[in-house]
Amino acid sequence: MPVSTLPQLTRRLLLAAAAATALAAPAMAQDTLKLGLVAAMSGQSAKSGEAIVRGLSIAIDEINAKGGVLGKKVELVVRDDESNPAKGVVAARELVQREKVAGLFGGLDTPVSMAIVPFANQSKVPFMGVWAAGTGITRNGAAENYVFRVSAVDVLVDKALVAYAIKKYGAKKPGMILINNPWGESNEVGLKAALEEAKVPFAGIEKFQDADVDVVPQLTRLKEAGADVLFMVANVAPSSQVVKSLDRMGWDVPIVSHWGPAGGRFSELAGPSGAKVHFIQTFSFAGTLSPKAEEVLAALKKKYPEIKTLADVTPAVGIANAYDAMHLMSLAIAKAGSTEGPKVREAFYAIDKYDGLIKSYTKPFSAENHDALGSDDYIFTYFKDGQILPLTN
Amino acid sequence: MLLISAIVTGLAVGSMYGLIALGFHVTYVVSNTVNFSQGSSMMLGAVLGYTFAIKLGWPMPLAVAASLLCCAVFGLIVERALVRPFAERGSNGWLMATVAGGIVLDNVVLFTFGKEPRGFPSFLAQKPIELFGTGVFPLQLIIPVVGLLITLALQLAFQRTRLGKALLAVVQNKDAARLMGINVQWAIALSFALSTALAGLAGMLIAPLFSVHSDMGTLFGIKAFAVAILGGITSASGVMLAGLLYGLIEALVTAFAGSTYTQIAAFAVVILALAVMPNGLLGRAATKKV
Repeated sequence: MPVSTLPQLTRRLLLAAAAATALAAPAMAQDTLKLGLVAAMSGQSAKSGEAIVRGLSIAIDEINAKGGVLGKKVELVVRDDESNPAKGVVAARELVQREKVAGLFGGLDTPVSMAIVPFANQSKVPFMGVWAAGTGITRNGAAENYVFRVSAVDVLVDKALVAYAIKKYGAKKPGMILINNPWGESNEVGLKAALEEAKVPFAGIEKFQDADVDVVPQLTRLKEAGADVLFMVANVAPSSQVVKSLDRMGWDVPIVSHWGPAGGRFSELAGPSGAKVHFIQTFSFAGTLSPKAEEVLAALKKKYPEIKTLADVTPAVGIANAYDAMHLMSLAIAKAGSTEGPKVREAFYAIDKYDGLIKSYTKPFSAENHDALGSDDYIFTYFKDGQILPLTN
Repeated sequence: MLLISAIVTGLAVGSMYGLIALGFHVTYVVSNTVNFSQGSSMMLGAVLGYTFAIKLGWPMPLAVAASLLCCAVFGLIVERALVRPFAERGSNGWLMATVAGGIVLDNVVLFTFGKEPRGFPSFLAQKPIELFGTGVFPLQLIIPVVGLLITLALQLAFQRTRLGKALLAVVQNKDAARLMGINVQWAIALSFALSTALAGLAGMLIAPLFSVHSDMGTLFGIKAFAVAILGGITSASGVMLAGLLYGLIEALVTAFAGSTYTQIAAFAVVILALAVMPNGLLGRAATKKV
C-alpha cells in the first residue's frame, strides 16, 4: 500500500513537528527567570504596591543590563492581593504553581504576608518581605524558614522608638496612644518590653478607633497620668486625629511614632502641627544623597516620567526596601546556582557583602536572623508641606 | 478638667449622632420606613462639600447649599427606587434595599473620589478657644447649637404648621390623608429628602474635625440608628436628647474607665435603657386605635 504510507508518514512528521513546537514554547518562556510580587495594587494601599513595583523594576533593569541571573533575564510577575489575606494566598499559590516563580516578594499588609508565610514554607519558595513589619512574618517558628525581609520589624521599631524618646526628649514616663487593631496590639507588646528593658515606667496605654473623631478623652487621661512623651501607632488618618486633638487641648507633647503617617497626606490631614510628629522610616530620598541613591533616583525619574519632585517618591521606604530586596534575592539565586528553594535559602545565608541603597550589607542574613535591617538602620523623619524629611539629630 | 473636656467632647459628637438620627425620625413618622443608608448620606454630604469647596473652590455657602441639594436628591432617589417599590407591596424589602444602596454609594465614591482620606480645613476648627480650662474648637460649640435649633424647628413644624400636620396625617391613614387632599407620595418623598439632607449637613459639620473618605459614615450610621431607637424614634426632642446622652456616655466612659470599655459600656447602656423603657426616652407607645 504505497499510496497510504506516504500520507501516514507525513502525518507522523506533522505530529512530530507539532510536538516540537509545543515543547519549544515553554522552553522559550523558561528563558526568563520569573519572580513574583503579591501586593496591594488597588484600594487604600495601592500607592504602596506602585512604589514596590518601581523599586523592584529599577533593580531588575540593572540586573538584566549585566546579563541577568543564571544567564537568564529576570521577569517580574505582579498579582494584586487587594489587602485581603485570602486573595494573597491564592495569588501566591498561582504564582508558584502556574507561573513557576523562583521567589516571591510581599507587600504592605502584615495580615496578607502572615497568611502567605505557611504556604511559602511548605512549598519551599523564598518569600521576601519588603514592607509589612509584623514581627511574626520572619520570626514564624518554622523549622525550615523560607521567609526573609528587607524592612522594619515591629519589635525592633519599638526598641528604636523607646531609645529615641529617651535620647531626644529625656522621656521618663511616656504614654502610648495605639490604634485598636492587631497592629496596635503587636506594638503594645513590643513597646512594653522595650520600656521594661530600658527600665522606664509608662504613664498609660490608650486605644482608639479608626472612626474616632475626638481622641481628647484618651489623651487627657495620659496627660493627667503625667506622660512626657507619646508613642503613637496608627495609620495616617487616625494619626492625624491624635494631632488635631492635641491641638485642641493645647498640649504640646513630643510624639514619637511608628511609620503610619508616611502612608498618606499627613500634612493635609493633621495641619501644621503634623510637623511635630517624628516617625520612623528605613530610607528617605531627601537631603544629601549617597552616589547610589542619586543613581537610583535618576533611574526612577527616567523610567517613570511622572516622578518630578521628592513628594512623588514618598514614602521612599517601599521603593528602597524593594530595590535592595531584589538585588539580595538575585545574589542568593546566583550564589545557589539554581532556582531550587532549599539551595536558594542556604545561599541567602552565604551572601557576604552587598553595597545597597539603604546601606552596605555585611552578612545580611543568618539562620538566626532573617531580617536584613536592624534597629540601627532606622531613621527618624517628619512631614513638612507634604514631603518626608529626615531629622538630622 | 477631665470632666469638662469629656462633656464638651461628648456634646459635640453626641449632637452629630442626634442630627443623623433625626433623619431616621423624619421618615419614620411620615412613612413608618427608614433609610438605612443614612451613614452613606452623611459621607456624601462631606465628600460633595469637600469637592465643591476645596477642589472646585466655590464659596462656602454655595458649596454647602449645593451639596445639601444633592443629598436631598439622593434621598428622593432612595425613596423612589429603594423604598417605594417595596413599601407599596407591603414588603419589608426596603430594609435590605436601603442597606445595599448605601454600600453601592460607598463604593461609587471609593472609585470616583478615591480611598485616600482628605482633609477638609475650616477656620472654625483651627484655633481652639479656652472654655472652663479646656480648649475647644468653635465648631464643637456650633454643632450642638445647630442640632438643638434643628430639633426645635422640626418639633414646631410637625406640631404647629399645616405642612407638618399633613405629613403626620400620612402615617395614620394613607387613604384618609389622600381623601383630605394630601399628596401622600409627595409627602413621603419630601421626608426622605429632608432626612438625607440632615445627614449631609451632619457630614459637612463633622468633616473639619475628622477626615473625608468613602467609609467615614458607616459607624456613624449604626450609632445614629441606636440613638434614634434609644430616643424613641417618634419624638424629635427625644432623639436629639438620646444623641447627646450617647455622646456623653461615650466620652465619660473613655475619660474615666479607659477607651477599652467605651463601645461595650455605650451599647450596654442602650440595651439596658430599652429594657427599662421599651419606647425609648420620649417615644410614645404605638397604640392602634380601632
